[in-house]
Amino acid sequence: MAASDIAAVPATIPGAPRRASRLRRVARRPLPAIGATLLALLVLSALAAPWLTSHDPFEMNVVDRLMPPNETYWFGTDAYGRDIFTRTLYGGRVSLVIGASVAIASTVIGLFIGVLAGYFRLADAVLMRIMDGLMAIPGILLAIALMSLTRASMWVVIVAITIPEVPRVVRLVRAVVLSVREQVYIQAASAIGTRLPRLMIKHILPNTFAPLIVQATYIAASAVLVESYLSFLGVGTPPEIPSWGNIIAEGRLYVQIAFWNILFPSVFLALMVLSINILGDGLRDMLDPRLARRI
Amino acid sequence: MGSYVIRRVLATLPVMGVVAVIVFLMLRLSPGDPAAIIAGDNATSQDIAQIREYLGLDQPLGEQFVRWIGQLLTGDFGNSIYLNRPVLGLIMERVGPTLALSISTMAFAILLAIPLGVLAAWRAGSWGDQAIMAMSVLAFSVPVFLIGYGLVIGFSLELELLPVQGFVSLSESPIGFLRHLVLPTVALGLVYTALLARITRATMLETLNEDFIRTARAKGLAEPRVLILHALKNASVPIVTTIGTGIALLIGGVVVTESVFAVPGIGRLTIDAVLQRDYPVIQGVILVIAGVYVLVNLAIDLTYSLLDPRIRY
Amino acid sequence: MAPDPVLLVEELRTEFASGDGPPLVAVNDLSFRVDRGETLCIVGESGCGKSLTALSVLRLLPRPYGRIGGGRVLLDGKDLAKVSEPEIRAVRGRSVSMIFQEPMTSLNPVLNIGRQIAETVMVHEGLPWQACIDRALAMLKQVRIPEPERRLHEYPHQLSGGMRQRVMIAMALACRPRVLLADEPTTALDVTIQAQILDLIRDLQTETGTAVVLITHDLGVVAEMADRVLVMYAGSKVEEGSAEEIFDAPAHPYTRGLMGAMPHLGEARGARLNEIPGVVPALNARPPGCAFAPRCSQATARCHAEAPPVRNLGSTHTAACWEVGEGAAA
Repeated sequence: MAASDIAAVPATIPGAPRRASRLRRVARRPLPAIGATLLALLVLSALAAPWLTSHDPFEMNVVDRLMPPNETYWFGTDAYGRDIFTRTLYGGRVSLVIGASVAIASTVIGLFIGVLAGYFRLADAVLMRIMDGLMAIPGILLAIALMSLTRASMWVVIVAITIPEVPRVVRLVRAVVLSVREQVYIQAASAIGTRLPRLMIKHILPNTFAPLIVQATYIAASAVLVESYLSFLGVGTPPEIPSWGNIIAEGRLYVQIAFWNILFPSVFLALMVLSINILGDGLRDMLDPRLARRI
Repeated sequence: MGSYVIRRVLATLPVMGVVAVIVFLMLRLSPGDPAAIIAGDNATSQDIAQIREYLGLDQPLGEQFVRWIGQLLTGDFGNSIYLNRPVLGLIMERVGPTLALSISTMAFAILLAIPLGVLAAWRAGSWGDQAIMAMSVLAFSVPVFLIGYGLVIGFSLELELLPVQGFVSLSESPIGFLRHLVLPTVALGLVYTALLARITRATMLETLNEDFIRTARAKGLAEPRVLILHALKNASVPIVTTIGTGIALLIGGVVVTESVFAVPGIGRLTIDAVLQRDYPVIQGVILVIAGVYVLVNLAIDLTYSLLDPRIRY
Repeated sequence: MAPDPVLLVEELRTEFASGDGPPLVAVNDLSFRVDRGETLCIVGESGCGKSLTALSVLRLLPRPYGRIGGGRVLLDGKDLAKVSEPEIRAVRGRSVSMIFQEPMTSLNPVLNIGRQIAETVMVHEGLPWQACIDRALAMLKQVRIPEPERRLHEYPHQLSGGMRQRVMIAMALACRPRVLLADEPTTALDVTIQAQILDLIRDLQTETGTAVVLITHDLGVVAEMADRVLVMYAGSKVEEGSAEEIFDAPAHPYTRGLMGAMPHLGEARGARLNEIPGVVPALNARPPGCAFAPRCSQATARCHAEAPPVRNLGSTHTAACWEVGEGAAA
């Protein structure tokens, strides 16, 4: 989704002295460290879910439905009497899987296409037109349309979210390839007969790694958000799976009388997206503050 | 200048072409039988056959495409399977609320984001700057429905200042129109503001490092003049570009916001269509929205020469 | 001729904040004066602090790391280093103007020439816009730009480098400043254009009586333009005097090294150019004592240990060196 690329803008002041030691730099800008820590906590809580709670995420106790947060049910219960705390923790797993999968898939596909476009002029003309067309369709709409075509499942959701993210990665990779190609040392290497694969692997690809890692991070955050939107709208992960979007979608009917249905998953969602975005900012500043120009 | 305009207009055609192809192929290349998908889970084989015939899915792909493009060019976007009415008509009916929400959100975002971005860049590194940046990361990390429901609970349910949901058209009641727009605009607008503020700040930071800014200050100009007339004017091209490409994001957000606030716009239309597998409607919506996106960006492209005199092919 | 200073700089110290350590001193207790209607050339290698000196006068140091750490910059008795923001803004472009090295990037690309010049007049003299445009046109004529009426409406990218620099000069002189700070105005231009611009500056100076502080690393420019010369090295003044004194009798070893390094017509072909061995010390690696000592062929132990005093060598000629003037070792 488009948010992933617009998020990547520099936060540092050009021309600042680079004398401060690493530790001092961290202390002056504590945000990335906080983001990373927060994310780590969320990941841990999701992975350790079975040990952190005694409830079962699918267990329905209709007697206890729509209870506000209390000692037994820390985040309260939903309309079927399911424990929201447990479901929220398990929901984290869904988001992590989707975020990571979309990030990896879109990066790999985008890298492949971007290199082709950057290196072969003919492929470039065709591929970039296709990417332009893809970008003209809002990501969520495209995902929604794709979801409407098949039975819902995690895989379909991942594919549906990945496809709109690919054009941005392609653009990024292509830009890097184009700029590296112009460098004199590449022309020199080519002139002495270095073959294309070697040229690619040794010289061109390494230049893409830093921007790609940063972009992939932003894509992960965006994917988590988009999945929640899709599920909220009823066209995301299958309703049996306790993803955050699904919990919120089910809970929206009770926003007036039991807002905790929406509150807790939303907050966790926000925290996860926030921590990934902050991590992305931190990575970008660490790897190269001038990255934003290439994105 | 004239040839520039013509060239830019012509450049939009391949893009629209690609969109048309994507939309066309989406249904026909999906796993499983398209007609069966549309007919739904409870359809009989007769229903499926009917749908196949209705949508012309039994004919060769090339023929289908040509026929379909022909229909599009005459304004025939097909009929809704569910409602049995022309798709284009349906879209036109619902476009009002979506348009209103989109425009108000964009206006809100621009009016808020650009001053914030300029201030943040001017005092880069200060507490104010860090605060603005922190807030903006927060704003586009928080899902729209969290902000939306939060606002609803606060302003509608507790304080009873604003309506919970729905939409009132301008012609019916200007006050009602505005009151119903406030919450959705703010909910979505905060996200868009965050995006714009970050780009504005980034571009301004780069611009403020340019030599001519030093010259402007050396002439004794006051800071506001330097920031706005000299810096912002130079930064405006990338910022306006982002506003244009951000429209895709905006529309995505509008779809969700319409759901949260029960605004009867194109978003609702699309969701209903998806749940009913009303594919012609889905197709139509995508085509129209992509078309709008391309046109808006074209318009923005053409205004570049007003902003930056170096761009005048 | 009694000196009639229009600008007086006393013990100016300009420094850069550097994290938690002590600030880096880029201009070190620099004192000089600029007399009415004269041309003072500040000459030195890249990094010696000459540009920063000019920027310090107008308080245009890069924010937020650069600042004036001490000293006074006196214009009509007011210390520019300490006046308020609105006051220094009233000085910039009006009493003291500055032009820069890169004409290609020093003009705003999205505003037309007329606006950029007229803007200065409007801000400082409050005249109605048409009067400001008229003055802009008059200035363009004064800097001898061809077709000045057309240029008013053109944009910087439509002009050549030489023409842009003329525009910069027009902008700087529009409000009849008393001092013009010119930071390497010809370095980025072709040699023939260089000559034209220097001629222009000299003629304008005669016409308007503006004092000019010309910063350069090119001794040829100094020879052509200077009434007086100030030689800087590593943030400090090493020698000062009239142009004749500096060229005919350079005293400081650094100045002598610079003079010696210039190629001369008539030199044997293939002869090595004389160079000053070593490099300028980094801001944070300045030696105690004389900053030039590590590279100086005449350095003594005292030179390495103690900062040299300023010695008088004539009525207007001074040098900061242990080994010149009275008290020098034989």
